[in-house]
Amino acid sequence: MDAIYLEGTDDCPSVILDKDKNIFKLSGKSLPENVSAFYDPIIAWLENYAKDPLKKTTFQILLDYFNTASSKLILDIFMILEEMQENGSEVEINWHYADYDEDMKEAGIEYSEMVDLKFNLILK
Amino acid sequence: MALRQKNKFLEFVYDFYSSMKNHEISLAYEGEMNHQVMKAFTNLTIEKMSRQSENNPIQKKVFHVMVECLQNISKHAFHSELNSENDLNNGVLLVSNTEEFYQVTTGNIIEKNKVKDLNEFLEMINELDDSNLRNLYKKQLKEGAISLKGGAGVGFIDIKRKTGRKLEFHFLPLNNSQSFFIFTSTIPRKLKP
Repeated sequence: MDAIYLEGTDDCPSVILDKDKNIFKLSGKSLPENVSAFYDPIIAWLENYAKDPLKKTTFQILLDYFNTASSKLILDIFMILEEMQENGSEVEINWHYADYDEDMKEAGIEYSEMVDLKFNLILK
Repeated sequence: MALRQKNKFLEFVYDFYSSMKNHEISLAYEGEMNHQVMKAFTNLTIEKMSRQSENNPIQKKVFHVMVECLQNISKHAFHSELNSENDLNNGVLLVSNTEEFYQVTTGNIIEKNKVKDLNEFLEMINELDDSNLRNLYKKQLKEGAISLKGGAGVGFIDIKRKTGRKLEFHFLPLNNSQSFFIFTSTIPRKLKP
């Protein structure tokens, strides 16, 4: 399947979804003008990927910032991964946060409570 | 312009300037709130804080509160159906800072029939303690439950969580169909120990 590579901007995150290279990554800032327009292709890609995933998927989150409109879509991503795990593949989330950023660390903990996935909280 | 009118205008400009200084307001805007305006003002504010060596978590909280407040106005559309396009997405934004805190205030017109729900929602958020607020936040994300239009609810919940302060808000009745909604967020400059 075709990979997705998106260069980040000051309001949209960088995205890499590459099955061949085994890279799944979201980084930068997420406060797009239209969240659905931005995240829909990402969600669609993952739904497609979930039909025939790698044996193990590590999803990297290195966001500096996301607004509440994005937080719902990020949860949607995790829910697809959760379902993928229920269907037998192994999934883990590497949630990176800066040392000063308690709010971002807390957000990672909260997501880990909302979905049944292994979260590794990693200091940037 | 007649001389007297001109003088009055000059006086107004100076009074406006003095008033901003007196209230320690660093940014004031009235007009359309859209994504570009939101980005311009958040960047301006953050650059200024950064020049003044404000610490990172505080910068981020102010940025976050501004984004959520301005998006509430630009997206969640308290549009008046009666009043054509004139006040569509319009509002005021004031940012002030003192030794102790930053304050972000927004004001915009909302339809009177939305006041009751919004007021109840904001009061409900204010009554919740940290752990209940956290649960509500998670529930809102997951189910989009008691949402105000377009998910504005989560933004308000998040502002209270990130600032650690009660939400401050007022509704000023304007006429039979409209009210003016004023919302102030306060971000303390000292982090909790």
